[in-house]
Amino acid sequence: MKPMGATQDEYYRGVRTVPYDLVKELSIAVGAVGIVVLLVAALLSSPNVPSVTIAAWAQNDPVDFVTTATGELAGTTTSAGYGNPYNTNGPGQKWGPIAPQTWLGTRIPIDSADTFVIQPLNRIAINNADLATALDTWRKTGSDQQGKWTDAYTKALATATAKDGKVVVADGDYGPLPTMMASLLEMGQSGALDGLLQINGRFYQTDYTPALLFMGDGGYLSGQAQTWNLLGNQWGMMNETGKYPGQTWLWLYTAWYQVPPFTSSNGFLGVNSSNADLVIVILMTVLTAALAAVPLIPILRDIPRWIPIHRLIWRDYYSPKRPSPVPETPDPALAQRGPS
Amino acid sequence: METAEPHSWTQRVRDAIDRQLPIDHLLPTRQPYYVGSWVYVFGVVTIAALLWVVASGVVLAFMGPQWWHDSGLGHFVNSIHFWSVQLFFIFMVLHLWGQYFMAGWRHGRAATWAIGVVIFGVSILTAFTGYLSQQNFDSQFIGVNAKDAMNAGGVGAFFNVLNFGQMYGLHIMLLPIGVTILIVLHIVMVRARGVVKPIDPEGGARS
Repeated sequence: MKPMGATQDEYYRGVRTVPYDLVKELSIAVGAVGIVVLLVAALLSSPNVPSVTIAAWAQNDPVDFVTTATGELAGTTTSAGYGNPYNTNGPGQKWGPIAPQTWLGTRIPIDSADTFVIQPLNRIAINNADLATALDTWRKTGSDQQGKWTDAYTKALATATAKDGKVVVADGDYGPLPTMMASLLEMGQSGALDGLLQINGRFYQTDYTPALLFMGDGGYLSGQAQTWNLLGNQWGMMNETGKYPGQTWLWLYTAWYQVPPFTSSNGFLGVNSSNADLVIVILMTVLTAALAAVPLIPILRDIPRWIPIHRLIWRDYYSPKRPSPVPETPDPALAQRGPS
Repeated sequence: METAEPHSWTQRVRDAIDRQLPIDHLLPTRQPYYVGSWVYVFGVVTIAALLWVVASGVVLAFMGPQWWHDSGLGHFVNSIHFWSVQLFFIFMVLHLWGQYFMAGWRHGRAATWAIGVVIFGVSILTAFTGYLSQQNFDSQFIGVNAKDAMNAGGVGAFFNVLNFGQMYGLHIMLLPIGVTILIVLHIVMVRARGVVKPIDPEGGARS
């Protein structure tokens, strides 16, 4: 096999060369790009909408907060029935026999009812006899009765109102739920629940999974996201808060979420909105691999020849006054090394 | 004066480098006359933007993830980081399209093209982890929204977009190292083979 250096010398033999200062070009580019970046950064700044806290959620939309927490106990929220990697309560997404979500198992175990509601309440029940009694009642009651209470309370919450930061529901048999939820709401509004879900029993913590899953189950976070056009059906993954550009390079990935069969409940060839994430991930993986393999794919690799954009790029080369390919000034390096 | 040592491993490595990528190919002072097109600038300005991304990122990493939320100077450095990333992607996409319409993979350069696509993919992942590391509303909702695709694809079991520590570590250390190594490899491959010739009107894109 010929050394690469010799191969390049042969490749360029007979081609006219001109002086070209790569280092100077890069230096000018760094300076020019720097000026643009500094100017744009100074003039336009960058987006930084503050994060939403559980406290803000509980204060601004207590009914949604309590409805979500009740849903965690009932097992009806997104995270409660999610499936892997958090639990086995849902089937996860699959397309025919392809089910990586199932294959990889429960790697980040989350028991939504216990983690988001029962454990935090246990911590403050020490100083609250009514809450301790309510929790004891809840624990000693069978799941059938618990289900009746959560069903009745969830229905009542649909017409609930917020008054002085508290949730007011119609009278009914809700068991210990009103006491438990009032305490959780109070804890949420005080900011204590932010801390409890984030530290998760440890002092140092950088994993926000429980707090974000809980907030994701509610309507408050997505309601805020909708105002910033960040929802999935608003091309959210490539948007940014405010009028700033987001991850625009994800346009194709985001575009699939806007069109059938990924938006359809009926779907096509087993692809529908319920397994859109999985199929879009597969599709984008295949398309990326195809982009890398363009040099090997007929038609795709021939398009540059058919569409003569290269004639604009190499205008001088294709012009009728095409310069002589014979070197007018021999490259000293080529002359020195000679033919291989 | 140093003499050649044929049995020296160091000598052999040096000779191999000299054969594969002699210094006048790595840093040439002359180029074929057709390299005068503006399209060739897109590759260089992509690297220039990356240098600004890295420089501003190093400052942000040194000062810690909270700094830019609490300080005007920190926010300005974050703005430099934000806009240099935007320019990096704009230039990289222009470079990619330019190379596509020049069929830059011809004459044994398919691997250089493929590495370029990998760089594009790893850069997207690096930027994605950056958006997740902002610690603001955008990163909150991107995490909550993106977890479903990650989990559905099985990636979420190991790549938890809701785990700030994991995303931040990947964003400021492992992924930038990956992008940098791949770009160095890409440049070495370009310099080792040289710039591809124009598409021959007679020979087609494969010629």
